[in-house]
Amino acid sequence: MKILVCISKTPDTTAKIAFTDNNTKFATEGVQWIINPYDEWYALVRAIELKEKDPTTVLHLVNVGGSENDAIIRKALALGGDEAIRVNLESQDSFTIASQIAQVAKDGGYDLVFTGKETIDYNGSSIGGMVAELLDWPYVSLATKLELNGSNASLTREIEGGEETVEASLPLVVSAQKGMAEQRIPNMKGIMGARTKPLKVGEPVAVEALTSIAGFELPPAKAGVKLVPADNPEELVRLLHEEAKVI
Amino acid sequence: MSVLVYIDHTDGEIKKSSLEAASYGAQLASQLGVAAHGLVLGTLNADLPALGKQGLQKVHQVKNDSLNQFDPGQQAAMVAEAVTNLGATVVVVSNNVTGKALGPRLSARLKAGLVAGAVALPDTSNGFVVKKAVFSGKAFAQIAVSSPIKIIALTPNAFSVTNGDGSAEVADINLTVPAAKIKVTGTNKIKGQIPLSEAELVVSGGRGLKGPENWGMIEELADLLGAATACSRPVADSHWRPHHEHVGQTGGAVAPNLYFAVGISGAIQHLAGVNRSKVIVVINKDPEAPFFKAADYGIVGDAFEVMPKIIDSVKKLKGK
Ligand SMILES: Cc1cc2nc3c(=O)[nH]c(=O)nc-3n(C[C@H](O)[C@H](O)[C@H](O)COP(=O)(O)OP(=O)(O)OC[C@H]3O[C@@H](n4cnc5c(N)ncnc54)[C@H](O)[C@@H]3O)c2cc1C
Ligand SMILES: Nc1ncnc2c1ncn2[C@@H]1O[C@H](COP(=O)(O)O)[C@@H](O)[C@H]1O
Repeated sequence: MKILVCISKTPDTTAKIAFTDNNTKFATEGVQWIINPYDEWYALVRAIELKEKDPTTVLHLVNVGGSENDAIIRKALALGGDEAIRVNLESQDSFTIASQIAQVAKDGGYDLVFTGKETIDYNGSSIGGMVAELLDWPYVSLATKLELNGSNASLTREIEGGEETVEASLPLVVSAQKGMAEQRIPNMKGIMGARTKPLKVGEPVAVEALTSIAGFELPPAKAGVKLVPADNPEELVRLLHEEAKVI
Repeated sequence: MSVLVYIDHTDGEIKKSSLEAASYGAQLASQLGVAAHGLVLGTLNADLPALGKQGLQKVHQVKNDSLNQFDPGQQAAMVAEAVTNLGATVVVVSNNVTGKALGPRLSARLKAGLVAGAVALPDTSNGFVVKKAVFSGKAFAQIAVSSPIKIIALTPNAFSVTNGDGSAEVADINLTVPAAKIKVTGTNKIKGQIPLSEAELVVSGGRGLKGPENWGMIEELADLLGAATACSRPVADSHWRPHHEHVGQTGGAVAPNLYFAVGISGAIQHLAGVNRSKVIVVINKDPEAPFFKAADYGIVGDAFEVMPKIIDSVKKLKGK
């Protein structure tokens, strides 16, 4: 069994969101970078659990990005995984990123590719589905559970207002979200070990981007809260009905 | 040329998010001066000609029960064939759970640029540029799509359903049905509740409510308003409420007309899931709670004293 986990880098959840260069670039100054929470807490940890169950499992991580991503990749390796591959390409277009991951998956002969549900910066929720299509593999998105039984997978995925259990056979692409696993904290042994794990750098395949970011904008500032006295909550109901017209 | 809207359905009914996508697709089609068509894969009880009210001229259907079980690979192949047969240049899906699986597959298959999470109609004055939410609702990006075919996944509740008086022509369409690679073995829907992602009104509780036994007032207010219920992450993590109610950075994202937050501090990770709500109401006993900065209306007070009175006046308002 060979598993590939897609790892992306995102600004820390508390990072200040601002833009430079005439609102075309995210202002990275002072920003703390983290492993995208869905990749770290759910996709990677579930993959590690599968490897713990079956130690013959080979577990690799993949990231598409420049060398500034290496610190994050090492952090992920500290949690687990045998080695990492970084495809040396800076791009924000989901299709070009997915094309690189699909190529790595094909070349490496993986059985299972995990992505997170979405990146918390660009919120695409797109890479997993694109990789699956490029590989012509089945795709189970927004999965909350995954069990393997030989080359068969049983999963639970989110549907509107509930969940659904599904079955598919490997090879398979899965996007993971809350429920899939419990967040882990890397231990000292993991952190030390991560330093010597292979981090291979691959060159990208040529792909034309389908989209680009023309600019950013911040939402209009709120007018400020209208406070209603605590001894007169009826006034709040009146305002919501007559002024805001939402109830 | 046409705009093709993928009509998503469940339990025989068209999802509200697809009615929004149909309304959006029809307005985009008139902006581009082309026809607006719909595509239904599977069988349902809903009145398909009524999609004319949202502005669709024609609805193509593949009547096949097996398609009611969703395999995004199978459906992407079918939608792609329909796009080619019908000469569609834009495909609109909802960015709901179905669209999040279908849109990207379709994009890779057709080499068609995808805007996942669009919140407005495209600007077509110079190219094709679509606004979408990024940084978990803390900002917007303008995405320029350069491919000949474009795919737009519309954020639920970001675009209003239009209700005209048209009637759509409904016709069978012949598409190859590839074998499904995903088998649905069971469905577990929470009965009688409004799915959070479709809700126009949401009442939500946080750790300030002290324990699951105090959720009666949240449920009662939600019931009276016809709202869905939600909660903060620690509340779901402590199993006071089910996980699917958790909203925020790592939970669901919602954009209802009203988000009514009780006993929630308004941490940045919580706001990330709710800051696109049109009106935010905050009930919190701490005047310094960060949520007040993001709120439109608020009461600084004890939820246990304030909520019963709010419920009473909503009852009066609703004549109950
Ligand atoms: C990477 C990361 C991701 C996260 N993702 C999420 C996420 O997706 N969603 C999420 O919600 N959180 C998330 N969090 C956690 C978040 O930072 C906060 O800890 C959490 O939102 C706090 O929940 P709370 O407001 O219910 O509880 P608290 O912070 O404990 O706040 C309780 C509030 O209730 C008020 N209160 C107490 N008693 C009363 C009363 N009687 N009447 C009225 N008000 C009262 C208090 O004044 C307080 O403001 C995340 C954190 C991290 C680090
Ligand atoms: N640059 C990247 N390198 C590797 N994996 C990525 C990259 N970007 C996104 N992913 C993966 O794809 C998932 C969905 O990302 P997105 O479609 O951008 O929301 C993430 O949770 C990651 O698992």
